[in-house]
Amino acid sequence: MTTTTHPGLAPSRAILDNGAVVIAKRSQTTPAVTLHAAIAAGLVFDPPDRSGVAHFVSRTIDRGTRMRPAETIAEELDRRGVSLNVTVNRHVLSLVCTCLVDDLDTILALVADIVGQPAFPDDEVHTRRGEIVTMIRQDEDNPATMASEGLLAGLYGPMHGYGRRPRGSIESVEAIDRAMLGRFHETRFAPRTLSLVMVGDVEAAAAIEAAAAAFGSWQAPQPPPLQLDEVVPPVRRRVHVMPMMNKVQADIAYGFISIRRADPAYYAYWLMNNILGQYSLGGRLGDRIRERQGMAYYVFSALDANVIPGPLFIRAGVSPANVDRAIASIDEELAKLAAEGPTESELTESKQYLIGSMPRHLETNIGIAHFLQTVEFFGLGLDYDVRMPALLRAVTRDEVHDAARRVLVPDRATLVVAGPYAGQPA
Amino acid sequence: MATLERSAPAASPVHEEVLDNGLRVLIQEMHTAPLASVWCWYRVGSKDESNGQTGVSHWVEHMNFKGTTNIPRDKVKGIIEQFGGYWNGYTWIDQTTYTETAIRDALDRMLFIEAERMTNCLYDPRDCESERTVIISELQGGENDPDTLLDQELTAAAFKAHPYGHPTIGWLSDLQTMTREDLYAYYRRFYVPNNATLVIVGDVETKDALRGVARHFGVIAPGEVMRRSPTREPEQFAERRVTLQREGTTAYLKIGYHAPAIGDPDFFPMLILDAVLTGAKGINLWTSFRTPPPQRSARLYCALVNAGLASSVSGGIVPTAEPFLYTISCTATAGTPLARLEEALLAEIEAVRRHGITAVEREKAVHQLRARLVFENDSITNIAHQLGYFATIASWRILPTIRERIDAVTLDQVAAAASERLKSLNRTIGWFAPLPVSA
Repeated sequence: MTTTTHPGLAPSRAILDNGAVVIAKRSQTTPAVTLHAAIAAGLVFDPPDRSGVAHFVSRTIDRGTRMRPAETIAEELDRRGVSLNVTVNRHVLSLVCTCLVDDLDTILALVADIVGQPAFPDDEVHTRRGEIVTMIRQDEDNPATMASEGLLAGLYGPMHGYGRRPRGSIESVEAIDRAMLGRFHETRFAPRTLSLVMVGDVEAAAAIEAAAAAFGSWQAPQPPPLQLDEVVPPVRRRVHVMPMMNKVQADIAYGFISIRRADPAYYAYWLMNNILGQYSLGGRLGDRIRERQGMAYYVFSALDANVIPGPLFIRAGVSPANVDRAIASIDEELAKLAAEGPTESELTESKQYLIGSMPRHLETNIGIAHFLQTVEFFGLGLDYDVRMPALLRAVTRDEVHDAARRVLVPDRATLVVAGPYAGQPA
Repeated sequence: MATLERSAPAASPVHEEVLDNGLRVLIQEMHTAPLASVWCWYRVGSKDESNGQTGVSHWVEHMNFKGTTNIPRDKVKGIIEQFGGYWNGYTWIDQTTYTETAIRDALDRMLFIEAERMTNCLYDPRDCESERTVIISELQGGENDPDTLLDQELTAAAFKAHPYGHPTIGWLSDLQTMTREDLYAYYRRFYVPNNATLVIVGDVETKDALRGVARHFGVIAPGEVMRRSPTREPEQFAERRVTLQREGTTAYLKIGYHAPAIGDPDFFPMLILDAVLTGAKGINLWTSFRTPPPQRSARLYCALVNAGLASSVSGGIVPTAEPFLYTISCTATAGTPLARLEEALLAEIEAVRRHGITAVEREKAVHQLRARLVFENDSITNIAHQLGYFATIASWRILPTIRERIDAVTLDQVAAAASERLKSLNRTIGWFAPLPVSA
């Protein structure tokens, strides 16, 4: 086992002999520890013909192991006041919980058992399938979810790892069985795909030692590398309307394919997105559509630069009578930022905000844990919190302008409108 | 820029002071991060609204982000963000509150914003009109969610006299007809220092912070709030029921029981009872939505979710100034009739009414709640919220006694609360029974 330490936030990082990465940071705010175990077993690893497997695993992995039935796990967590939150995103399946310091060893052992030895009992698979089908039906009644999922399917194609519905379809989920879940676990879960972050009131060395005791004996073959289809950004504007006439408000999802997280232009895109649809109450979009036009309670943009070029998307919830006007306003704001770039004062303010908000984001154990997982996933370096301000400060107005010019092209936008709207926006 | 280095925790006792104008000030030093959190709380919420003006408290909250005499409209954007800060506000049945959390150097700016907000907001007629449609959009966005709609219907049915019955966002017709003058008069009536509590928590020195408070707030004149006690909700004499039928894909069941207020001896036994039934949520309204409760072994989770009848179950009892509701909410799994789900839920309720809870269950619930009290105090923002919240609904001095109060709850007290509070005459049952979605 090798351990290194760094200045700034100064977490300790160790690679266990089996290849698992453990990162620990001491924080003494409360006598508690947050654990965040991330495994490279996200939605992109769903079998091509069976969407929803990774999500199904996230709903069943903690429902029984070879050693512990589901009731025992439930009891061990509940009697310590711990709720284990299992989530899955495009690339990673995460298990996150906070426990009292005194319970750390027990909870680590439990999480290690869940990650390494899940049993996927038939009765649990049956019960959780019913829950997942219900969730999919709820999604299908939710304009915001339908618009967002529709946008990603439109940008990447419904079969691509970034475009598939995260929970799958009812049909695909009905066909997922215990064997399929076991195969997914066998193929994707291994020490070399695990990074475990621990933040709380325990010395980093002691935390790493405890993690080694829990996870050190785990052995599994190295999973095959990720293969993702290349993406080709759309070259023309496409509009898709999903009428949901039983609803009151329409949701607009409007987006583009942007860049990889590793792209050197990332910091310019980050600032551009902040200016466009984040700063204060939704950036320029919020100023226009919420503050001046009074059309939406929420309007914002988000940048998800990822392993491959991720989406940059805009979301707004508006009255059906205002759909066309809201889209026209988005078009105009995008075209304006692309044509003129940001002002110097906008750039300065967004830099001040993003740099100045770091202490706030790193105040809580869970905030630090999420930050360190992101750092590990994208290989940003354990001194990233120290280097990040300079990376943002170095971005010029021209670079942000160039980012806007490259991606904010309304003629190449993909739009989805879901809700009580049956028109056809331009 | 402030450094990210963290120092050993040093939470001081809460310092309380009441200014001559009646403003209550609570300061707690906490030097764990180079941050400060300011909350300004007003004892005004939707329970203070009269017929024809439902939603006014929340609309006023929105208007108080739109510039003041000394913060021109175009300078609002960025006023706290330039310090890396976050600001927000919320309105509920008993309270309206505003918060900023930013680097400690921004403390004076935060106090300036809150003092301006207390007395100098502009209420430009154009902003009032623009915000009218924003709030209607917020209301309609909520109505897209069947569970929100059901909650609104159930609450309205459970209260026939007390103003807790109407939604905080207001009824649509009131939002369409209220005027700028209505909003401004309401603002002037309730936004006075003697109706407010200012909370500061973080990496501050108490004496410096107090000097800043005196400088910004000391000159503000008190006002007469002329608060009237709301109508007391009469005792419920019959089970009530609402069935909402709209197009949708999923069925929901919700049961609301009239619940004890924070000052009622039954409150903490009910908190234990809820933990046994659905898992402990803690008592921080600001954070409790963000972390799911430990509920895998809770009675209703086992009886409804593990039995495949519901995909989720949750319970909620929140500290309030006056008796509100204890609500149990379930999402029926696809194909499960609501009647079957209701029957299973009520069977569990009857069992706990008849037999109470076991010593093992009580022990687990107490431990869960103790852990939640630790977890929900993980940031200065959350700690400051709790001080202000309790000061507004009752007294912040309840906070340091909560663990003790939880520990002191007996099995008999839980059994008595279950028997009395969960009786059928005290409840309203709500169904969202979906109609097929037309093509």
